[in-house]
Amino acid sequence: MQLLRTFLMRLATTAVTLAGVAIIVFFVIRVVPGNPIAMMLPPGATEADVARLTALYGLDKSIPSQFLIWVQGVLGGDFGTSITTRQPVLDLVLGRLPATLELSIMALVIAVILGGAAALIGTRGRGTRREGAIDVANGMALSVPDFLWGLILILLFGVLWPVFHISGRVTPSLELPFTTGFYLFESLARLRFDLWLDIVSHMLLPALALCIPLAAIIGQLLKQSLKETMHLDYVTLSRTKGYGENHVILREALPNAVLPTLTLVGVQFTFLIGGTVIIERLFSYEGLGNLAIDAVINRDLPLIQGIVLLFAAIFTGVNLLVDLTYAALNPRLRHG
Amino acid sequence: MPFLQVSNLSLRIIGETPRLLRSVSLSVGAGEVRALVGESGAGKSMIGKAILGILPRAVEVVEGEVWLDGQNLLAMPPMARRRIIGAKAALIPQDPLTALNPSRRIGPQITDRLVHILGWDRARAESRALALLEEVQITDPARVMRAYPHELSGGMRQRILIASAFAAEPKLIVADEPTTALDVTVQKQILRLIKGMQERHGTALLFVTHDLGVVSKVCQSLSVLYAGMVVEDAPVRDFFAAPRHAYSRALLAATPKYTDPEGSLTPVPQTVMDAVRAEVAAADGVWHG
Repeated sequence: MQLLRTFLMRLATTAVTLAGVAIIVFFVIRVVPGNPIAMMLPPGATEADVARLTALYGLDKSIPSQFLIWVQGVLGGDFGTSITTRQPVLDLVLGRLPATLELSIMALVIAVILGGAAALIGTRGRGTRREGAIDVANGMALSVPDFLWGLILILLFGVLWPVFHISGRVTPSLELPFTTGFYLFESLARLRFDLWLDIVSHMLLPALALCIPLAAIIGQLLKQSLKETMHLDYVTLSRTKGYGENHVILREALPNAVLPTLTLVGVQFTFLIGGTVIIERLFSYEGLGNLAIDAVINRDLPLIQGIVLLFAAIFTGVNLLVDLTYAALNPRLRHG
Repeated sequence: MPFLQVSNLSLRIIGETPRLLRSVSLSVGAGEVRALVGESGAGKSMIGKAILGILPRAVEVVEGEVWLDGQNLLAMPPMARRRIIGAKAALIPQDPLTALNPSRRIGPQITDRLVHILGWDRARAESRALALLEEVQITDPARVMRAYPHELSGGMRQRILIASAFAAEPKLIVADEPTTALDVTVQKQILRLIKGMQERHGTALLFVTHDLGVVSKVCQSLSVLYAGMVVEDAPVRDFFAAPRHAYSRALLAATPKYTDPEGSLTPVPQTVMDAVRAEVAAADGVWHG
C-alpha cells in the first residue's frame, strides 16, 4: 500500500520533470547557432531553396508556435520526422534503444560484480595487504574517466592483443534471425550461442570502459559501509553462534551495508548511461549515444529532442526503480 | 577440570605495553553461576570476549589459556574454535537494541544456527524457538517470530536474545551486563528470567556486572576484577560476610543500600586505589600513575 502510494507520487513528479526537460531542450537547441537547413543543402543553393525547405519543416514559424505543434504531436505519440533521414523520430530512437539498454545493463552488471567482489575481498582481508591492494586498484579505476578506459582497452585488447572486437555491435557478415533489437537477449533465447558469443565479444570492451569507474565507486562505498557494519553488536553476536566469517559478512553484514550503495548505484547508473554517448562513438556501437552525436552534428532538431526526452525518461525511471528497491529492502521504510 | 577454565590470561592492544588483562585466572564449573565484578574499564567484558572468541582485532593474547569443556580454545585454528564455542557457549549481550539484525525477522535469527550449524530441520528449529519464546514469557510468540526488531520494545528484545542464547542448549552462557541498558523496572524481571532459565536448563553462567546487589541475588561465586587483575575470587556468601581484599571491602562499602538510601555512599578511598595500583605495577614491572 505504502509502496503503491510512493510509486504514484513518483510517477506524478516524473511527468513534471519530463515536461521541464522538454521545454529546456526545445528552446536551447533553437538558441544555439547552427541551422539544419544549411546543413542539408548543397553549396550554391538559392535563397528561395532555403526558404522553401524552411517552410517545409515548419521552421519559419515562431519558436513558441513550433513548440506547441511539437508538444501536440508528442502527446499524440508523434515525435516528428528526422530532418536528415526523413524517418519518424520515434522509429529511429526506439530502433537504437535496445542496443544502448543492453550495453548499459551489461556494464551495470559487470560493475556490481567487480565492485561487490572488491568490497567483499577487501572486507574479508581488512587490515591486511589485500585490502591495501584493493584500495589502490579502486583509486586507479576512479581517477581515469570512462572514455580513457575505452582507449586503453582498445589499445590492449584490440591492438596489442586482439582478442575482442573493437567496433560495431555484431560482425556484419553474420545472418541475424532477430525480430527485436535486443540482440544479446534474443540470441540467448534462441539458443544461438555462436551469435551470442560474437555479440558479447563486441560489447565487452565498451561495457568494461563504461563500468570501471562505477565498479570502483561501488567497491569503495560498499567496503566502507561493510567495515562499519562489521563492528556492530549483532555481527559480533553471530560470530559466537559458530558461523564462519564468510557467513557473517554475507548474511549478517551485507544486507544492512548494501543500502547506501544501492542509492549511489542508482545515481551513478544514470551517469553511466550518459557515458554511453562517447563510448558508443569510440567503439562505433550503433546505439542511442551514437545517434545523438550524429543528430547534434547535423542539427537534426526533432531527433535531438526525441533522444533527450528518452534519456530523461530513462533517468527518472532508474531513480524510481532505486527508490522502490530501497523501500523493499529496508523493512523500517516499508512500514512508513 | 571445571567446564570453563581461564588460566593466566593476559591481553594487550597490539603494539602497546600496558596490559588490558593481567594473568587473569578464573573458572566456572558445570551449572555454576559466577559473577565477574569490577568497575568500568576493569576488563570484565574483555574476559567474556576472550572466552567467546570475539576479541576486537586490535587486541592480542599475550599469554594464557582458555579451556572450554576440556579443549584449549586459544590453541585451535579460528574456525574450529568458533564451532566449539557456537556449540557449547552463548552470549547474552549488553544492549538489546543493537544486538539483533535490523533487516531480518526474529524467527530466523533464532533458528538459523540450529538449521545451518546443528543440522536440525526447519520445523523442529521453529517449534524449539516458539517454546523458548514462551519460556521467556513472550505473549504471541508466533507473531514475534515474524516481526522485525524495530517493532519490539527493548525488554522484548532482551527476552528474545535470552531465548536465542539458550536455543542450542549451551553448557555455558556469558551474560555481559544484560540489564544495564534496560529500564529499572524491566531489569528485575530480566534478572529473574535469566536466573530461572539457568536453573531449569542447568547452564553454567558467567555473569558480568558492576552491580553487587545483583551478585548477591543471582550468583554463587564471584571474581572481583580491578585494572585487569583478579583481586578476589570467593564464594558469594564468604565475600559478603568478609571480603578479603582491601579493594573488595571498599567496593562493598561503596554499594548503595536500599535500607539506607541517604548518606551511605562511600567512594573507594584513595589509599586503597593507590595500594591496588602498586599491586598492578608490581605485576607489570611498570608504574601506571
